[in-house]
Amino acid sequence: MKPAPFKFYAPTTVSEALAHLAEYGYDAKVLAGGQSLIPMLNFRLAQPAVLVDLNNVSELFYIRPDKNGGLRLGAMTRQRQVELDPLVAERAPLVREVMPQIAYPQIRTRGTFGGSLAHADPSAELAAVSIALDGRFRLRGPAGERWVSASDFFVGLFATVLEPDELLVEVALPPMPPRSGWSFSQITRRHHDFCIAGVAVMVILDSTGQCEQARLVFLSAGDGPVEAHQAAEVLVGQVPTPEAIRAAAETAASTDIDPSSDIHASAEYRRHLAGVLARRTLTQAFERARGDE
Amino acid sequence: MSDLINVTVTVNGTQYARAVEPRLLLSDFLRHDLGLTGTHVGCEHGVCGACTVLFDGEPVRSCLMFAVQADGHKVLTVEGLGTMDNMHPLQEAFQEAHAVQCGFCTPGFLMSLLPFLEENPNPTEEEIREAISGNLCRCTGYQHIVDAVKLAAEKMRT
Repeated sequence: MKPAPFKFYAPTTVSEALAHLAEYGYDAKVLAGGQSLIPMLNFRLAQPAVLVDLNNVSELFYIRPDKNGGLRLGAMTRQRQVELDPLVAERAPLVREVMPQIAYPQIRTRGTFGGSLAHADPSAELAAVSIALDGRFRLRGPAGERWVSASDFFVGLFATVLEPDELLVEVALPPMPPRSGWSFSQITRRHHDFCIAGVAVMVILDSTGQCEQARLVFLSAGDGPVEAHQAAEVLVGQVPTPEAIRAAAETAASTDIDPSSDIHASAEYRRHLAGVLARRTLTQAFERARGDE
Repeated sequence: MSDLINVTVTVNGTQYARAVEPRLLLSDFLRHDLGLTGTHVGCEHGVCGACTVLFDGEPVRSCLMFAVQADGHKVLTVEGLGTMDNMHPLQEAFQEAHAVQCGFCTPGFLMSLLPFLEENPNPTEEEIREAISGNLCRCTGYQHIVDAVKLAAEKMRT
């Protein structure tokens, strides 16, 4: 079917956009790339009374180097731009690796980096990657700005800490520390489907070759991105041997995640896949951290 | 009905000015308001690719945009790619390689492939299959489509 009627605003500045959100509150939905929202409108899974379109807010489209060696991305930066940007390839290789796996090229033409985060689909690659990289999100509302860590941003199924009168305006990704490694893997039935299971991994080794830090973040394993804290604890302070990796992967699959069953896969199968993917990605991430690759 | 919004869109080189509801999808605007029915609608949620058009030169799902968002922009549909008497090499290649059966998916493939071949004039088979991963075909099994792309690339290189 077709979307239900709505009022449409196309502001050209963040301030204008925020003014519309302040006026309409929960009656308004923000339209970024629209590649996740418009399907919901087309099926009438969502029927907002008002749409505030950010596609003309040019101040939100950018990729800039951060003086700390990392990156700052404007929330409306197109996914296709992120995919092609040499600064992203250099400073956030995990992001560069993930981009071509997100949906299809035609979706990435319009889809935005920040829009995927704000929409908070449990299968969103960028949500898991942002947490794995310890990203920080800048939110702006009528009261001013606040920063929220990626770990704290996602609070439930399609739910984030964004208030109805707030916008995500920027994502800050820190530089990759020395002796860090990363990896990403997801399983889809057809090429570029929403994944049945996926994981984003970032690890850091200390100077003796022991694991100093590990972040495993699963997609399609819960209501939102799921950080595997217990699996990380298994690894920290250990040399990342295949045995340690296997133990961490098993811990992640059995205790950290809580996947559900649906027509695409059973919870048991998702758990099994999560363990396999965790083992593969941890192996690759530690190889990269050691400079083996 | 919500208030109508005036839009001016250039489609296949011609400027059109219309007053539309905000909720009117770009795909429906092209097909119903402008009579350009070459763009097809298969799923309305972005997975089938039949509605793909070029928006300011880049491939987009016209079912996942509103006509009001095209105000001031340029759209290219399959009607702008070539005509019966003057086919684009991509269209010729699809014909010669038997890559068209029912034809429903074809415009979406063509509009997706045009920017792909411009960026990638000598693609490998793997690159071609990756490039068409956003377009579904229920008839051909894709092999002839892949052949057509190789043929089109050859034609376009000379």
